[in-house]
Amino acid sequence: MIYPDSKIVLEVRGLCATVNGTEILKGLDLTVRRGEVHAIMGPNGSGKSTFSKILAGHSAYEVTGGSVMFEGQNLFDLAPEERARAGVFLAFQYPIEIPGVINSQFLRLTYNTVQTHRGKEELDPLEFDDYVREKMKLLEMSPDFLERSVNEGFSGGEKKRNEILQMAMLDPRLAILDETDSGLDIDALRIVANGVNQLANKDNAIVLVTHYQRLLNYIVPDYVHVMEAGRIIKTGGKELALELESRGYDWVGVEHKAVAGAVA
Amino acid sequence: MSATGTINAGYLENLLAGQPQLPTSPLAWLNALRAEAVDRVGALTVPTLRDEEWRFTDISLLTKMSFHPVRTTISLQAADIEHFYIEEATTRLVFVDGVYAPQLSSGIAGSGVTVVNLEAGFTAHAATIEPYLGRLTEFRGNVFAALNTAFLHDAALIVVPRDISVTVPVHLLFIATQKDVVSYPRCLLLAESGSAVTVIEDYVSLQEDAYFTNAVAEIALLDNARVNHIRVQREGAKAFHIANCAVSLAHASNYQSVSVAFGARISRYNLNVQLAEEAECAVDGLALISGRQLADTHTCIDHAKPHAVSHQMHKCIVGGGAHAVFNGKIMVRQGAQRTDSRQSSRNLLLTNKAHVDTKPQLEIFADDVKCTHGATIGQLDSEEVFYLQSRGLSDTAARNMLTYAFGAEIIERIPISSLKCQLEQTVLEQTATQL
Ligand SMILES: Nc1ncnc2c1ncn2[C@@H]1O[C@H](COP(=O)(O)OP(=O)(O)OP(=O)(O)O)[C@@H](O)[C@H]1O
Ligand SMILES: [Mg+2]
Repeated sequence: MIYPDSKIVLEVRGLCATVNGTEILKGLDLTVRRGEVHAIMGPNGSGKSTFSKILAGHSAYEVTGGSVMFEGQNLFDLAPEERARAGVFLAFQYPIEIPGVINSQFLRLTYNTVQTHRGKEELDPLEFDDYVREKMKLLEMSPDFLERSVNEGFSGGEKKRNEILQMAMLDPRLAILDETDSGLDIDALRIVANGVNQLANKDNAIVLVTHYQRLLNYIVPDYVHVMEAGRIIKTGGKELALELESRGYDWVGVEHKAVAGAVA
Repeated sequence: MSATGTINAGYLENLLAGQPQLPTSPLAWLNALRAEAVDRVGALTVPTLRDEEWRFTDISLLTKMSFHPVRTTISLQAADIEHFYIEEATTRLVFVDGVYAPQLSSGIAGSGVTVVNLEAGFTAHAATIEPYLGRLTEFRGNVFAALNTAFLHDAALIVVPRDISVTVPVHLLFIATQKDVVSYPRCLLLAESGSAVTVIEDYVSLQEDAYFTNAVAEIALLDNARVNHIRVQREGAKAFHIANCAVSLAHASNYQSVSVAFGARISRYNLNVQLAEEAECAVDGLALISGRQLADTHTCIDHAKPHAVSHQMHKCIVGGGAHAVFNGKIMVRQGAQRTDSRQSSRNLLLTNKAHVDTKPQLEIFADDVKCTHGATIGQLDSEEVFYLQSRGLSDTAARNMLTYAFGAEIIERIPISSLKCQLEQTVLEQTATQL
C-alpha cells in the first residue's frame, strides 16, 4: 500500500552489471518505499533474476555501474549475510537442495543468527519448534518438512513454500520474491499469497517478480514495472499487468523506443 | 633392494623382540598358529610405496620409530576412562595398551552369550573358535596381521549362540596410555545362525605421544545372523594405527558396518568382506582428518556367491595438508549372478593443500549383475554456501554447516544414539576448528 511520506527502503540508480563479461543490467532504476508492493514483469532473460541475486549479494555478478541504497546505506558495502541480517530477503526462483542439512536445524540457526544481530532474543529448540510450527500453519505446510534436508526431494511447489516459510521466520524489511508463483498449484498459490499478505505491513516492502497476472489478483501491487534487456522501461499501476496479460510485451518496447527517440 | 630389505628385517626383528615371552597357551593349535605367524613375519617385509596396495600410503615414518610391547601396565580407575563409555553399551571389555583389564570390564560369561577375554573362553569355546581365529584373516601375506597373530594373547571374544538377539550393544574399548608402545588389539566375533548383535570397536588414547596400534578383527556370521559393527578410530594425534578386519557372511546373513576415522598421524584400515548366497552388507565409512594426518581405507567386498547385496558409501573430509586414501575393491566372482553392488566414494577437500586418492576397483567375472560405483572429489558448493549466507549465516558458519552435514550422513547410520551424538559433536568441533 502506498503511504504518504513513507521512507525509501530501496533506491536503485543506473545499475549496470555483467556476468562472465556479458552485460546483463544496463542502467536499472527503481525506488521502493515502505509499505509498497512492486511487481516486476518482463520477458525471459531480461535480467529479473540477475537483479534479484545482485541485491542478495551473489558473487557471480559484477556490478559495473550505478548505485543501490538500502535503508540509507550502500548495499554493496554489506556482505550477503549482513544484507540478510539488515532485512534483505530473496525467495529464489530455483531454491537449491542442501542434502544433509536438516530443515529445522537450518531454520533455527538462521533465525537465531538474524535475531541476535538485530539485538533480539534467541529461541531455544523447544520455543523455536512452537514458533516454526505456527508459521508453517500459516502456509499449510506439514511439520514433516522440518525433519527433511533443506529442499531435498521437495516438489517445485514445496520448495517455494519453504522459501516463504523462511521469509516468515526472518521478517525482512525488503522481500524479493522471484517467481514464487511458478510451480504452485491453484490452492497453493492462494495459500502462499495469503501468507505473503499477512507478512506485508507498513514497515516493509515487497518486490514480486512474476510472469503472470494471476498472482497479482491475490497480492495486489501498487506498481507494475516492465523490465526489458536489463532496464525498467515502463512503470504503471496494477492495471498495467492486465494490459500486459492481454497484449504481451512487444508494444511496451515499441512505445519505449519511440519515447526514447523523441527525447533524443 | 637389499638396503630396504635389511632395514625392514631389523625393524621387524625389533618388533618381534618381546614375542618369546608370551605365556604358552593350553591350546596346541593356538601355539602353532602363533609360531606360524612368527615365521611369516620373518618371510615378509614392511610394505613401501612400491607395493601396489600401499602406493598412496607412505609408512616410512612408522619404520623410523621403535616401538616395544607394553612392559608394565598402568592401572587405571573407572573414573579415568568413564568419559569414553557409551551409555547404551553396558557390556564392555577394556584393553589397556592391548592388555585385558578385568577390573574395568563388564563382560558376560556362563551359558548363553559370551563376551570375555580370549583365555576365559577356552574351556567352553575352544572347538568353536578354532576354525575362525587366525583363519578369517589372511595373515600369511600381510605382515601387520602376521605380527598381531604372533602376539595373539589377550583378545575380545564374542560368541552369540543360535537365534539369540543381544539387545545391549557390546563396547570393545582399546585404550592407549603409554608412548613408544605397540599394542596388538584382537577381536573375534562369532554370530551363530539366526543371532543378532551390535559391537562397537573403539580406539582411544589418554596421551598424545607416538604409539602404534596394530589391530586385527575377525567376524563370522553364520546363516541368517545379523551383525552391526561400529568402528571408531579416535587415536592420539601422533599415533600409528594399522588394522585388518575380515568378515565372512554365510547364507542370508546381514552385516552393517560404519567406521569412522578421526585420529592418528597415519592410519590404515583394511576391511575384507566375503559374501555367501543372499547375504547382505552395508559398509560405510567416514574419515575426517586435518593437519598432516593420513587416513587410508582399503576395502574389498567379495561377492563369492550369487544373489548377494553390498552397499558402500565412503566419505572423506580432508582439511589442512592432510591426505586421505580410499581403495574400494568389489569382486564379483564367476557364478555370482544377480549380484547387487553399489559403491560411492565422496570426498570433500577443505583446503588447497588437502589431498585425496580414491580408487574404485571393480572386478566382475559374472554377467548378470547390477554394479554401480562413483567417486566425487570436490570443495563445498558455492551456491549452497551462498544460499545459507543469504539467510544470514556467515561464510564460516555456512561452511561449517555444510561440512558437518557432509559427515553427518555417515554418522547418522550408527544405530546407537548416544554414540551418534558424541561423534556428531566431534565432527562439529573438528569442522569449526579447521575452517
Ligand atoms: N552465470 C551466468 N552466465 C552466463 N549468463 C548468465 C548467467 N546468469 C545469467 N545469465 C544470462 O543473463 C540473462 C538474464 O538472466 P536472468 O536469469 O536474470 O533472466 P530472467 O529475467 O530472470 O529470466 P526468466 O524470466 O526466464 O527467469 C540471460 O540471458 C541469462 O542467460
Ligand atoms: Mg528469472
